[in-house]
Amino acid sequence: MADFETPEIKEFIGIPALQEGSMAHSSPFIAYTDHQEALGYPGELVENWQQVALDKMDDLRSRYRSFQVFLDSCVKCGACTDKCHYFLGTSDPKNMPVARQDLLRKVYRRYFTFAGKYFPKLVGAEDLTEAVLDDWYSYFHQCSQCRRCSVFCPYGIDTAEISMAAREIMDAVGKGQKYCNEIIGKVFTVGNNLGLPGKALANVLEGLEEDVEDDTGVAVKFPLDVKGADILLVTPSADFFAEPHIDGLIGYAKVFHETGASWTLSTTASEAGNFGMFIGSYENMRRVSMRIRDAAKELGVKRIIFGECGHAWRIAYSFLNTLVGPFDFLDQSYPIPQHILEYTWGELEKGTLRINKEENDHMTLTFHDSCNVARGSRMGDYPGGQFDYPRNVIKAVCNNYVDMDPKTTKEATFCCGGGGGLLTDDLMEIRVKGVLPRATALKSVVENEGVTHMAAICAICKSQFTKTLPYYGFTMDQIVSVHQLVSEALVMKGSEQEAELDGTDGDDTEE
Amino acid sequence: MSFLLLIALVVFIVGVGLKIKQYAQTPAPLKIPTTPAPVTQTGVVFRMAREVVLFESLFKSNKWIWVFGWMFHVSLLLAFFRHLRYVVSPDSFMWPLVSNVIVQSFGQYAGFAMVIGLLGLLARRFLVERIRYISSPSDYLMLVMLIVIGVSGLMMSFVSHIDIVQLKMFVMGLFGFDFQNLPESTALIVHLLLVVVLLLIFPFSKLLHAPGVFFSPTRNQVDNPREKRHLSAWAAEKYNDHVDK
Ligand code: SF4
Ligand code: SF4
Repeated sequence: MADFETPEIKEFIGIPALQEGSMAHSSPFIAYTDHQEALGYPGELVENWQQVALDKMDDLRSRYRSFQVFLDSCVKCGACTDKCHYFLGTSDPKNMPVARQDLLRKVYRRYFTFAGKYFPKLVGAEDLTEAVLDDWYSYFHQCSQCRRCSVFCPYGIDTAEISMAAREIMDAVGKGQKYCNEIIGKVFTVGNNLGLPGKALANVLEGLEEDVEDDTGVAVKFPLDVKGADILLVTPSADFFAEPHIDGLIGYAKVFHETGASWTLSTTASEAGNFGMFIGSYENMRRVSMRIRDAAKELGVKRIIFGECGHAWRIAYSFLNTLVGPFDFLDQSYPIPQHILEYTWGELEKGTLRINKEENDHMTLTFHDSCNVARGSRMGDYPGGQFDYPRNVIKAVCNNYVDMDPKTTKEATFCCGGGGGLLTDDLMEIRVKGVLPRATALKSVVENEGVTHMAAICAICKSQFTKTLPYYGFTMDQIVSVHQLVSEALVMKGSEQEAELDGTDGDDTEE
Repeated sequence: MSFLLLIALVVFIVGVGLKIKQYAQTPAPLKIPTTPAPVTQTGVVFRMAREVVLFESLFKSNKWIWVFGWMFHVSLLLAFFRHLRYVVSPDSFMWPLVSNVIVQSFGQYAGFAMVIGLLGLLARRFLVERIRYISSPSDYLMLVMLIVIGVSGLMMSFVSHIDIVQLKMFVMGLFGFDFQNLPESTALIVHLLLVVVLLLIFPFSKLLHAPGVFFSPTRNQVDNPREKRHLSAWAAEKYNDHVDK
């Protein structure tokens, strides 16, 4: 799929001149009949699709205040026009957040507002034609629902909400996206996005136990389906096999081991990700979340902790309680649910973990704030904790840390370019172009501050970066998991690392 | 003219009222504040106040749009206060508040700032390619209309003065349904006609951003989903709140 040009990486993130239609050809594969039907959608484009689409739009605006208010309130001020990484990377004006919204808004206006019904030309209202539907399919799959635009809009208009609604409308008329819908189906049938069956999962975990023991001499367990464990760990399934995700998983396990926690994974809830959000479906998001509630009940755990994943954490933090709460059967003295970084940082603060920062001295780190964590969730008990927790943990286990340009971090962070259900090979072009702003910011700290690695806390970010940053001259192994850094620096009791450290006469870095 | 103004006012009040009712009654089923967000209700009030008074997000976003937009809105507010002298009766306790020199002269000169702000916004709409791309005819027309309202107002203030005693009688008469004649002035006719148009289109156009901002879930929600369960009526009903309590 290399029939496109990788944009040139400049010194600064610039605003491109418009190139109309430059990404009109980018569309993901359409879902097959059985993917659609498994989620309760029509198998293919229905006969009276216009009517169905309009009915759905009407239904959504009566059930989602965000949708109704956002459709009405945009004043076309243009403040958001240069905020989307896909626009910055592609120059296609329809990737400007307001223009993306307008694809839907013009139809809303035409059919549901006085001005659009009687003066369509004046207010830019348009009929819902096949061409419009094609545009929707194309451009609402060039939005990673990262919410960056919503930070900068004077009314907080969140294009992510519009994209979600658009995708739900397209599902309702039978034009769903293969990648998302196939994956959600797998979660229902197998338990995770990758369709990794229980047996395979058990094998992977066994293999990891051997690896860690070989490495450290400590028998760190990776428990699966252990009834009566205290903690249920729900983590993205990429953590079970992809690089550098898996090193993060090893990190969680070591931290649990070292703090003496009783924990378990679950076969049926072996996936933190929830693509139900990407397709805007409360129904599917709830069904996917229900597995986690069920697993927690079935295993009789007291706490639920989520592994490193961006959108999963948004859903866990912001929606889980709404969707499948209340969690009155869990131990109320812990946050429900909790992020693994909240757990690890808590332990680091307590001093239960022995850290040898020098293990990470060969690297200079920077950190990529995941969009969904940054702008759709929180960690800790104060606003902005989601920015501090990962940085605190990294700085606690590494000596060399540098932040990227503040215009590209924290609440202004750029999406990795692969979120929102775009992490699929059929969207490679938009993914490569969408990573441009992040790549630019990264390049700058690499060249000026000697940064060698970028840490991330999201399965999608990690996969997207390892795949697309090489287009810009970076290497795959420059992307690391935050808990991978913890794993490297953690000196477990009774480990070879401990012996080495205490055996040699140089002083250690115990805190 | 009296008739037109009254109709426009009714349409405005009823139209915006209905919209507000719609916004208020439409549930927000999920917690979607753009984070970092306040964790208390008081915090949300402050966030909203910063948004409405200072245009905080716009300030973060684009200084030019902020300068022009803020200038326009603040001037509009000041000009509005100045206009209160036409509706407040001199015996009212409000009179000293609206008739004092500060309100009146600020209001008078605000007209210039308002027009400058609007011209700035209009210029951007023409000159910045990205904004031109997203603009439809109504977006330009609305700015032009506001500019003409501002300029015609300034004309009456600084160029050809009108008989404001008669104007006041007209306005006071309006609300008592005792219709009086308008002072003769083209500027005044233009001014008032366009205000009529403005009031009429308000509930049917992007001017709804004014009530809309208060209902924007990304700005008005408290960030406390773990502490407090948020559930919309339709979801509770649809899933029978599904929970085996
Ligand atoms: S910043 Fe908000 S109001 Fe302005 S154009 Fe974008 S979506 Fe519309
Ligand atoms: S949500 Fe993110 S990807 Fe979507 S339009 Fe806004 S900035 Fe672009």
